[in-house]
Amino acid sequence: MRRARVPAAIGILAALGLLLFLLPLAGLIVRAPWSQTLAELTDPTTTTALGLSIFCSLSATAIALVLGVPLAMILARTRGTLRNILRALTTLPMVLPPVVGGVALLLAFGRRGLVGSLLYQWSGIQIPFTTAAAVMAETFVAMPFLVIAVEAGLRSLDQRYEEAARSLGAGYWRVFTRVTLPLLRPAIFSGAVLCWARALGEFGATITFAGNFPGRTQTVPIAVYLALETKPEAAITLSLILLVVSIAILVGLRDRWLGV
Amino acid sequence: MTLEAAVRIKRDGFRLDVTLSAAAGETVAVLGPNGAGKTTLLRALAGLEDMEGHVTLDGELLEDTSRGLHVPAERRHAGLVFQDHVLFPHLSVLENVAFGLRARGKPHASATARKWLDEAGLGDRTEALPRALSGGQAQRVALVRALVTEPKLLLLDEPLSSLDVSIRAEVRRELTRQLASFNGVRLLVTHDPLEAMALADRLVVLEHGEVVQSGKPEEVTARPRSRFVADLAGVNLLRGHAHGDHVTVAGDEALAAAGAGEGDVFALIHPRAVALYRTRPDGTPRNVWHGHVDGVDAYGDRVRVRVVGPVPLVAEVTRAAVQELGLSAGTDVWMVVKATEVSAYPA
Amino acid sequence: MAASMLAACGGTSGACALQTSCGVGPVRTTLTVFAAASLQPAFDKIGAQLLTTNNVATTFSYAGTQTLATQLTQGAPADVFASADVAHMTTVQSAGLLHSQSVLFAHNRLEIAVARGNPKHVHSLADLARSGLVVVLADPSVPAGKYAAQALKAAGVTVHPASLEQQVTGVLSKVALGEADAGIVYHSDIVTSGKVDGVVIPDNQNVIADYPIAVLKSAQNQTGALAFVDFVVSTDGQSILRAAGFQGV
Repeated sequence: MRRARVPAAIGILAALGLLLFLLPLAGLIVRAPWSQTLAELTDPTTTTALGLSIFCSLSATAIALVLGVPLAMILARTRGTLRNILRALTTLPMVLPPVVGGVALLLAFGRRGLVGSLLYQWSGIQIPFTTAAAVMAETFVAMPFLVIAVEAGLRSLDQRYEEAARSLGAGYWRVFTRVTLPLLRPAIFSGAVLCWARALGEFGATITFAGNFPGRTQTVPIAVYLALETKPEAAITLSLILLVVSIAILVGLRDRWLGV
Repeated sequence: MTLEAAVRIKRDGFRLDVTLSAAAGETVAVLGPNGAGKTTLLRALAGLEDMEGHVTLDGELLEDTSRGLHVPAERRHAGLVFQDHVLFPHLSVLENVAFGLRARGKPHASATARKWLDEAGLGDRTEALPRALSGGQAQRVALVRALVTEPKLLLLDEPLSSLDVSIRAEVRRELTRQLASFNGVRLLVTHDPLEAMALADRLVVLEHGEVVQSGKPEEVTARPRSRFVADLAGVNLLRGHAHGDHVTVAGDEALAAAGAGEGDVFALIHPRAVALYRTRPDGTPRNVWHGHVDGVDAYGDRVRVRVVGPVPLVAEVTRAAVQELGLSAGTDVWMVVKATEVSAYPA
Repeated sequence: MAASMLAACGGTSGACALQTSCGVGPVRTTLTVFAAASLQPAFDKIGAQLLTTNNVATTFSYAGTQTLATQLTQGAPADVFASADVAHMTTVQSAGLLHSQSVLFAHNRLEIAVARGNPKHVHSLADLARSGLVVVLADPSVPAGKYAAQALKAAGVTVHPASLEQQVTGVLSKVALGEADAGIVYHSDIVTSGKVDGVVIPDNQNVIADYPIAVLKSAQNQTGALAFVDFVVSTDGQSILRAAGFQGV
């Protein structure tokens, strides 16, 4: 196949776009104190933050899958004004500054929040400053990415596959688990990856809603931010570790999810 | 085992109102132009469309909107074969066929599916994914997938239209064989007259959401009752009012027709019965009209000449005649039809 | 307005426009000040004053002192730096960024912030160790957090904070929102917040934060920068700082 030639202007702009991503990465790699990397890797602050980050981001992604896929299904089924309202609500965290999102979470689930106050009165449980709060903050910020991707997947799904399954005698759950979900797998996978990546990098909502405490709520981005002030080398190393871990998880998951 | 259905569906700019019955052992083809509502009818029978009316299969009421009864698609025992097969792309051929068996909780689903695939000559494709199949193979898998659950009603949507022309004849023969071995009610819809004639024991012609004609294929084409059927049979069809030995058609033209009878009629004239002359012929024939050639289409050694005149007709002549008469678009001609060549039947 | 002043100046020279002592009134100049977040209420007032008296329009960049110091060492352009501790001023000085020696212009005492009416009856640093009390501190990398740690050490108290906030305002807002029962902040934060009550920490346990200010070498408007620093240490400037809860020098 012979394609039309791409004009030079497009190529130049694309290269500039790529540079915008590449140069900061190069900055990190060039300035990284490689001699200290191993020491940083075994530093308890680093390992604790990294472990917490992976735990929180994967938990957030799991919750987003359980809640977000049904939400996307409802969104894909609704039409008109109701859909627009639901959509706007779902995508709100994408446009809201994360810090504001954190404050909003406090006002809802904090000790004096709308729901949080009831929880605190009945059970004495306070959500803020806990790992659960970090997971909630990440879920809040990251779930829209999954919902949007899955909804798009559902809308482009040929409904006749589900109809064929029904005409073969499959009830709702069998159609859903054996036909709809497998056909949605690429959309769910890409949505989950976006969601997870967003959760992993989450900073603003987490520090506002969950605070910062090593081992409990201090995820890698927060650790990086604090380290940046006192020991920038550690911050850079931590960022690189985060980068490598995300790439490793992405590649690993991809093989598992899309491996046929 | 029979199917009795009255299906009414109203949607924006679309209306379907069809009463239909079919018995086990016969293949009924619903034939109609695109947009006539054929697929919608099929989907309604399968339980996939909102409808008004009723559907009864083998004595079991599947739908009766007057009583608010609706048996969902998954409990209808109606096998539906989609136009482009709609095989599950993520499942192997074997799993596609076993799907219905598993869904209905039948034991030994894999073994049964394998047996059916062997019989259909697909034993070596069981592990293939649908995207690796040829069009003909996919068609056979789709049919086996529907048949393996032993439905009471088999619904086929344009079973051959998505196939390459070169393999259609072969797949059609195969399909005829498979249909013959299925004991339930067989209903297929198609826009292709050839497909309908080849596969069906009975035709139901659907136009603008309504049944315009039904019967054995040869009966239907012998006495077309719509433009669509007349076109597919390749005959001239006029609508008019009969008075004894002539029929008044559009434009107040009188058409001599032997034994036309009385009342509203269809008048059928075979193109071969339309003779063309460059000058007004003498003699007895009473149906003589002047017109001019609108177009000339060759089919093998036969040529169909469309003539515009007081009564627009298609004439079928030989190539030699076209040469001899010097016929081309715009040529003035005289059309002559003997009164005995016009067959009139009640509308 | 600038033009009319120039005319009032007699239209003689451009140099006159830069002179703050130009008899009739100076031409407006702009100034960029990097200041510790805790200084915001006081410095906003000082900025407003300076605009009317010296016609210097000041743009403030408020953030945690450590953030500002990082930005300055990475080459951020500014005229004046006001730090919440001496350590970060020293960092900036070591980087060779100061135009002249820094001067101390204010002190700030630590205080315990509690909800209005002090419902949990917190009366001393020792109370912060009580179980069931949700305490929030600033991270030790932040001056306020470093001071809080020193104060707690002096009092011989071990607390288990729920969170180590990355700026002192984070501590304040967690207490104001009711998520935390107590937190250690500056006295000035409590004075200007108005949403929390303060519990005094006795002098023998308290840590006094020193606030140094300096003109930066990169200053585009050195005259304006000097005028700003002069005003901060002047009687008027000091009274504004005291009203905002700082101690003067």
